[in-house]
Amino acid sequence: MQDAEKERKRRQRMRSVAIAWILGALVVLFFIVTIVRLGGQVAVRPL
Amino acid sequence: MAELAFSVTAGTVEAETGGHVADYFALLKPRVMFLVVFTALVGLVAAPGSMHPVLAIASLLCIAVGAGASGALNMWYDADIDAAMARTAARPVPSGRVTPEEARSFGAVLALGSVICLGLMANWLAAALLALTIGFYVFVYTMWLKRTTPQNIVIGGAAGAVPPMIGWAAATGGLSLEPFVLFLIIFIWTPPHFWALALLRTRDYAKAGVPMLPVVAGPDATRLQILIYSLILAPLGMVPAVIGLGGMLYTVVASVLGSLFVVMASDCYREREGEAADRAAKNLFAYSVLYLFLLFAVLLVEQGFGIDGGALPSLWAL
Repeated sequence: MQDAEKERKRRQRMRSVAIAWILGALVVLFFIVTIVRLGGQVAVRPL
Repeated sequence: MAELAFSVTAGTVEAETGGHVADYFALLKPRVMFLVVFTALVGLVAAPGSMHPVLAIASLLCIAVGAGASGALNMWYDADIDAAMARTAARPVPSGRVTPEEARSFGAVLALGSVICLGLMANWLAAALLALTIGFYVFVYTMWLKRTTPQNIVIGGAAGAVPPMIGWAAATGGLSLEPFVLFLIIFIWTPPHFWALALLRTRDYAKAGVPMLPVVAGPDATRLQILIYSLILAPLGMVPAVIGLGGMLYTVVASVLGSLFVVMASDCYREREGEAADRAAKNLFAYSVLYLFLLFAVLLVEQGFGIDGGALPSLWAL
């Protein structure tokens, strides 16, 4: 029973790590896509 | 906890410990996802104009996740069928590694996320097509047609045929004849592909109560249908060359591949008994995957790298 609990925690941790990686990758993806969609001249605009 | 309440199979230890990350990945049906992404890529590359590489990759990622979501929702709903069939009994839900509720939530979140992201990253026409594809696959094919009619994969095949249109729409914001022709090729390719597999798994499908054509109409009627569809598919595969989507290289490859498809379908039609019949169906199934892959790969090479082996003869312009 203890082994099962240990295994459950290990798998839960692995799933959490995978979700963290995916969320991190999504943040990077959204940042890059935003920059691309805004275009290179976004900082050079009349105020 | 949902894990503890799970009782589809005897895999209670697995259910108590929860699934591996790999089990969730398996829910996405990676092999199907690959073919979907590949055909969407061809639609995207073949479309006129250019798309920023980052947006193109992001769009393909959304399409891949959307396809994976369909797979997860299919595995949630079909857990009872999957458990009854040898080919699918080891999938994460019927084997007890992931609960049906987890698979459903996982699929629903990914479906919603992929559609919204594609809308934001590409355009809302592509997103609408992706939503339509997921909805058609889950609600029309999985929940309705699969269990009620031997025409399940004929009509349901439309879902798997849309990705080139999504790719085209993502790149252009519109649709035209060319992506529709790519849709038609996959649509007509689907029945002989799945029926070849169904010929090999007839007993499994019968046991699970799925009314596949060989179960309902018998293997001989299925072999005839396979032959008829292959006779439609071979000339249809040439249409991209006629409308200017494929060049000389495509014309040559499509004619050879299409002829081979008809030859293998004829073999499958002739061989009706014993090992020879199984071998013919197995060969056709394997070849059908190769056929679609090569056909679209040539389009990708021609359109993506500008290698078309020369212009088509003026005959096409008449």
